[in-house]
Amino acid sequence: MTDFSPVVEAGVEHRFGPYGGQYVPETLMPALAELEAAWVAVRDDAAYRAQLGGLLRDFAGRPTPLYLAERLSELAQREIWLKREDLMHTGSHKLNNALGQALLAKHMGKERIIAETGAGQHGVASATACALLNLQCVVYMGAEDIRRQAPNVQRMRMLGAEVVSVEAGARTLKEAVSEAIRDWVTTVATTHYIIGSAVGPAPYPALVRDLQRVIGDEARADLLLRAGRLPDRVIACVGGGSNSIGIFSAFVSDVGVALIGVEAAGAGMDSGRHGAPLTAGGRSGVLHGSLSAVMQDADGQVTEAHSISAGLDYPGSGPQHAYLRDSGRASYVAVEDDDAVKAFKEVTRLEGIIPALETSHALYYALHEDGADSTLDLICLSGRGDKDLAEVIAHDE
Amino acid sequence: MSKSARDRVAAVPQTGEDRIAAAFALRRGRAALMPYVMGGYPDLPTSLAIGEAYAANGADLIELGVPYSDPLADGPVIHAAGTAALQAGATLAGVLEVGEALARRVPVILMCYVNLVLARGAERFARRLSDAGISGMIVPDLPMHEAGEVRDACHAAQIALIPLVAPTTPDDRLTAIAAEARGFIYVVSVVGTTGERPAFGDHVGGLLARVRKRADVPVALGFGISTPSQAGEAADAGADGVIVASRLIRAVSEADDPAAVAGELVAQLAAGLIR
Ligand SMILES: Cc1ncc(COP(=O)(O)O)c(C=O)c1O
Repeated sequence: MTDFSPVVEAGVEHRFGPYGGQYVPETLMPALAELEAAWVAVRDDAAYRAQLGGLLRDFAGRPTPLYLAERLSELAQREIWLKREDLMHTGSHKLNNALGQALLAKHMGKERIIAETGAGQHGVASATACALLNLQCVVYMGAEDIRRQAPNVQRMRMLGAEVVSVEAGARTLKEAVSEAIRDWVTTVATTHYIIGSAVGPAPYPALVRDLQRVIGDEARADLLLRAGRLPDRVIACVGGGSNSIGIFSAFVSDVGVALIGVEAAGAGMDSGRHGAPLTAGGRSGVLHGSLSAVMQDADGQVTEAHSISAGLDYPGSGPQHAYLRDSGRASYVAVEDDDAVKAFKEVTRLEGIIPALETSHALYYALHEDGADSTLDLICLSGRGDKDLAEVIAHDE
Repeated sequence: MSKSARDRVAAVPQTGEDRIAAAFALRRGRAALMPYVMGGYPDLPTSLAIGEAYAANGADLIELGVPYSDPLADGPVIHAAGTAALQAGATLAGVLEVGEALARRVPVILMCYVNLVLARGAERFARRLSDAGISGMIVPDLPMHEAGEVRDACHAAQIALIPLVAPTTPDDRLTAIAAEARGFIYVVSVVGTTGERPAFGDHVGGLLARVRKRADVPVALGFGISTPSQAGEAADAGADGVIVASRLIRAVSEADDPAAVAGELVAQLAAGLIR
């Protein structure tokens, strides 16, 4: 490990090493400045914290449990502890961010919320927060994701959100984010964009991380109390990178703890049909407002990602992850579609927990790859997999 | 334009900035007309023919778009054209060849998203533009405080880096942007993406005046201008130049003979700007 100095304690970073920045149309620049100022003002404000803390506890069900998975531990021959974000209201970690940002929007006096979604979990979380706080909600979702995550589309609509089908490109998460940004360019005076992962122009990557950090803070304190030690490895799946940066953040200065992000290898890294820009390496690039690891061709055209899991089917990555990778503080690996499905079933049968397909990538890695020098793994169980049943059944046929 | 600039124009303009200044100074209408062509749409030869038709029908400058996978500043018409161009096999190299050919007729401004610039490296990119005779570059997703490296590269290659300002841009940013502006300032007429609009708002005259007060380069208005009468109104509101894009791209997408139709539309726009 090189001379790594933690940056996660700092304020609203615009850059993580060379990564990050604000590559957006000029129209949005004042809105980003307004958002940053609002966040800096409320993040230490007692009233905001009390309001958010109360909602996270009583509405959303935090703290989430930390669970020692005995049968997975037996299989892996080491202790496997699961941070149960799947047990949070709406079924994934996404609500931590959506609630925090929706409250922030209220403080800014914005009455219309837009969001993008891939797996539908962030869309459901945003629609839920908006129902609770009486905000108008529009969710952009790729047409292919609307097909493969149908239960979440129904949930969003039932919650009162408008779901807009995006037909461009591969009709998945990348296009949904682009369309949300275009909406925001047009409606910025009245609208707040709740971005769903630790991506986008500054201040979003820092803002989303700060709101997801609760995952790592709770898990670290619980584990110290119950296992009396820190984990050897912290493992989380990486789409844009919000659940992973949320859990990593609490452990970054624990230099003995390995941080491992698991991306989607899709049909295989060699096939080029994957969603693993951090693992693949190569030239960095700009996507959705920040410089980070990006899948692109020689001209700089961003290429399509591929993954069975809609939430990891994204050619970009959060800028702080690119920095953690380059500095050596975290490492990134990728797991293929078939293996993720295998872990999905295994964990369902062994533990009675149906994990999201996104999370199943991290679970496969922990259960079946490497790990000889770990005696205790902490895995972020980022969400539940009810939404994925149809996709897994179809995969088998 | 200052007298010294005029003298430079009288000689053969060497730098992109000078060529742009000359085009504004010698414009035929009340405002310089800058139609937009998407490179490689519907294919490379046709996009060249469209640009040539623009030049033959009254364009003072041409804006050449490079198709991009994720055009965040563009509305549905230009987005779709870019996607079609990429599907038809357009590459950066091919589009720059179109630019090189058009630059022999009128000054060409490249409209290009930042990742394409960074992928090649800002210096190499700017030098390539210079070699092609292209005069300026607009990067819609590169706000001024991120532009340092690209600005230096453009400066070294004598390419004008043309900034955008929006109705949302506050005065202090406007002042800072105007101070760095080269070629002209591109004023975005609406809070929104590119696309045709029935009318541009009353705010435009005030916006142009706010920019003009701070600028020592020409001020051009774009986004949402689609008819000859709108072009005339933009000139009346104080624009030194008008940029027309989505209307022309839509016509191209609907036409059997895109170059002829696009040329005819540009002739009408030029007539709308006649003194
Ligand atoms: C359950 C779950 N985990 C992980 C992700 C990936 O997102 P991120 O990398 O931001 O945590 C998603 C995204 O939809 C998700 O629904």
